[in-house]
Amino acid sequence: MSAPEPASADRLRRIIALIRKETRQILRDPSTVIIAVILPLTLLFLFGYGVSFDARRIEIGLVIDDPTPETGSFTASLMNSSLFAARSARDRRNFESDLVAGRIDGIVVLASGFSAQGARGDRAPIQVIVDGSDPNKATLVRNYLQGAWGNWLMQEAITRGERITFPISVESRVWFNPEIASHHYLVPGSIAIILMLIGALLTALVVAREWERGTMEALLATPVGIIDLLAGKLIPYFVLGMITMALATGTALFVFGVPFRGSFSVLALMTAVFLTTALAQGLLISTLARNQLVAAQSTLISAFLPSFFLSGFVFEIAGMPLPLRIISYAVPARYFVSGLQTLFLAGDVWSVIWPNLTGMAVIAVVYITLTAVKTKTRLD
Amino acid sequence: MSEALVQFDQIVKRFDGTPHPAVAEITTTIMSGGITGLAGPDGAGKTTLLRLILGLLKADSGALRVCGRDPVSEASAVRDLVAYMPQRFGLYEDLTVLENLTLYADLRAVIGEERRTAFERLLAFTSLAPFTSRLAGALSGGMKQKLGLACALIRTPRLLLLDEPSAGVDPVSRRELWRMVQTLTGEGLGVVWSTAYLDEAERCERVLLMNDGKLIYEGSPSGLTNRMVGRSFHVRNAGEGRRGVLASAAKMPGVIDGVIQGANVRIVMAAGATPLSAEDFKGVSHVEVTSVPPRFEDAFVSLLGSATPAVSRLAAGAVRAKLDAGPVVEAKELTRRFGSFTAADRISFSIGRGEIFGLLGPNGAGKSTTFKMLCGLLRPTSGEARVAGLDVAAQTSAARNRLGYMAQKFSLYGDLSVAQNLAFFAGVYGLTGARRQRALERVTEAFGLQRYLETNAGTLPAGFKQRLALSCAVMHEPPVLFLDEPTSGVDPLTRREFWAHINAFVQSGVTVMVTTHFLEEAEYCDRIALVYRARVIAAGTPDDLKDSVRTQALPDPTLEDAFITLVEADDKKVAA
Repeated sequence: MSAPEPASADRLRRIIALIRKETRQILRDPSTVIIAVILPLTLLFLFGYGVSFDARRIEIGLVIDDPTPETGSFTASLMNSSLFAARSARDRRNFESDLVAGRIDGIVVLASGFSAQGARGDRAPIQVIVDGSDPNKATLVRNYLQGAWGNWLMQEAITRGERITFPISVESRVWFNPEIASHHYLVPGSIAIILMLIGALLTALVVAREWERGTMEALLATPVGIIDLLAGKLIPYFVLGMITMALATGTALFVFGVPFRGSFSVLALMTAVFLTTALAQGLLISTLARNQLVAAQSTLISAFLPSFFLSGFVFEIAGMPLPLRIISYAVPARYFVSGLQTLFLAGDVWSVIWPNLTGMAVIAVVYITLTAVKTKTRLD
Repeated sequence: MSEALVQFDQIVKRFDGTPHPAVAEITTTIMSGGITGLAGPDGAGKTTLLRLILGLLKADSGALRVCGRDPVSEASAVRDLVAYMPQRFGLYEDLTVLENLTLYADLRAVIGEERRTAFERLLAFTSLAPFTSRLAGALSGGMKQKLGLACALIRTPRLLLLDEPSAGVDPVSRRELWRMVQTLTGEGLGVVWSTAYLDEAERCERVLLMNDGKLIYEGSPSGLTNRMVGRSFHVRNAGEGRRGVLASAAKMPGVIDGVIQGANVRIVMAAGATPLSAEDFKGVSHVEVTSVPPRFEDAFVSLLGSATPAVSRLAAGAVRAKLDAGPVVEAKELTRRFGSFTAADRISFSIGRGEIFGLLGPNGAGKSTTFKMLCGLLRPTSGEARVAGLDVAAQTSAARNRLGYMAQKFSLYGDLSVAQNLAFFAGVYGLTGARRQRALERVTEAFGLQRYLETNAGTLPAGFKQRLALSCAVMHEPPVLFLDEPTSGVDPLTRREFWAHINAFVQSGVTVMVTTHFLEEAEYCDRIALVYRARVIAAGTPDDLKDSVRTQALPDPTLEDAFITLVEADDKKVAA
């Protein structure tokens, strides 16, 4: 009964047959298209338009204890900036309830000594009150106000014909993202998160579906091996994931106008390694959870959430406590977020890309090995 | 010449979290060149046994050789020689017939000329040739099973394992499937056919009878049936009183089984009991008692012990709402269209008080549609459905309050305990206070649920799930009971017990409408309507239907014969 051909030819034929089968199912199943095309684009638009760290029109309550020409000049400098919308009053109590209610973002108090100290050449002091319940925004408002105040001090000094007498002056130059437009780094970051979710979800769902529908049992009753099964699932969804990535990249470049300074071949290489990790994680989930509901929930919890929180996409990893920093090394998106941001905004910086590639590859190998060990061609 | 294909030696398989092994120390041999029937109640370990042969499960202890190989360490080689058709349709519904075949041909390395001839042979064999480009999901139940068989037979195996291939398949397809597999054994193939149908087991060369993971009989079916000679009787002429005859027989000492077969009652006596005579029924009615040849099912029940309770206690205490005279359930020209497709076409019948009415027909014939219209779950396109004198479409809520409905699938809350499920349904029916308490006590007592009150419904044994479902359906003492395939996937013993309860209900005046696949079960019905292609093609008592197909070639037709003949005659009429 044994086939006249060598076993490797049989295996190759089995893998090709499984790939062909999977491809047909993908093309016929609208839900796969939804997951691979519509879901990523929707998420990308949400992240690209909905999430922004740039402050526009910060509402300020300006308290002027003692109106003088100097306070008038400071008020004007705030009003003239597109960043601020200021209202003024004599008493801070007028603004306190607004700050509590979130109707304004901060209060600036120009105390009665403001003009006098300014005239002596001292740094006319201002008090900034921000709402610390939203630390991100509080820091932002404080920094913007500090900047505005610094600018005004400098201008005043120039008007008075004095040399600037600050002991240290900070001159910042922003590299790679001169406009400091946050969506320029949020969009590449969100591509990483989206690809993680899509990749893991695709494989997790389809394998669980085979268990649910009983097709796995019939498949296992044939001479298919573990390698055949894994390759038959990984390869078609790898291709699909690469298409998703191409769509997402196109959207980033042409819709969001994110610059791309690296090379597409390096982008393809990084994506390939990352996608393998994501698909392998999905496969691992589906070998453990044999129904679609559990598979989908586990994917959200184990692939999406860690990628979102621990990848440095939104929250700075360096600012996290040590245990989380250690855990973040096991999150593949961490490497891909950093790699993508580098490729888009800086270019082919190999000193960043190599460690990221290595990190993802190690995780991919671990997942695939675990999946191969856990997948049995048995039911128990 | 037949050879040993599978050798079990003291095989044990346990699953985590279950007290008893699924397969307990089984030692047997499966030979080539014949059909080995694998029979037994649900949960007996039949599927586990098949999966062990294929190496899909690993035995905990014992030695197992399949075609001289170890099924676990040499899984790939064994799976090359053994073909398997799982209980659930295991093919891809979103691939066409040909694509499924091609996939399995590739997986089993059947290529080139060999593939061409294999496809030709299998498509002719299964009559699927005209449907090669149809999606597998769009095939009928019987055609799906044939495609499953074709995929399993791509490379002619030495052993073919079929796990309940005829479950959920209508009688016509069931017969075809059996004939197809029988042809294969002529070519020296070994076949294991697991089944819940005892008439199928009876036709096998050899039968393995399992119960609780143990092998309780192996050998020819006649070897077992012969033990029963002289213990099976027909009680004739009981007519209207046959349910009373059955109920009183169940109380007699020595009676181990009783079923209704049309106008007759079949009684099986325990070994050594005094043979049955007409004297035994003196007080009940004028009947005639004759000795009949035993069936395999008699032996099965005798071996496993009948689960028929002496008398269902349910009927006694129940006080039922009085009904107006006239038919209790009425279908008047019921028609339902879905787009251009007519699912039910002018279906009419009426059911009188205390009657069991059966709706029979192949899958997709329109049974369920008719059923749903009578329950008020589906609005008829035209025609009228009346239950207990109420128009179901207009007074849905009031009509539903008069009927108890038991769905085809287990539709209780698996994560709730039995007591919680009962309490929930009592609430749904608006039972409160003392009435609710009485209802709960009544069903718990009648169905023997005390032992399981705190058990989660999902983990109940099959028979008790069924009892619980029935309890919930009759909680509000409905005068009409609708049962949609109530015993599909239930073994013969549980089925008997279930019918004992139904009979008790009917004796107390409840009206029952039932759909079923089991034709032997249709024998319990007073009248049957055969639904085919959305129309009622025949109606009458089971004996009427049998009489209608009686010919010289077929002097003693079974209900299955009647079913097949009537369906085929309708096919011819449509073709002409």
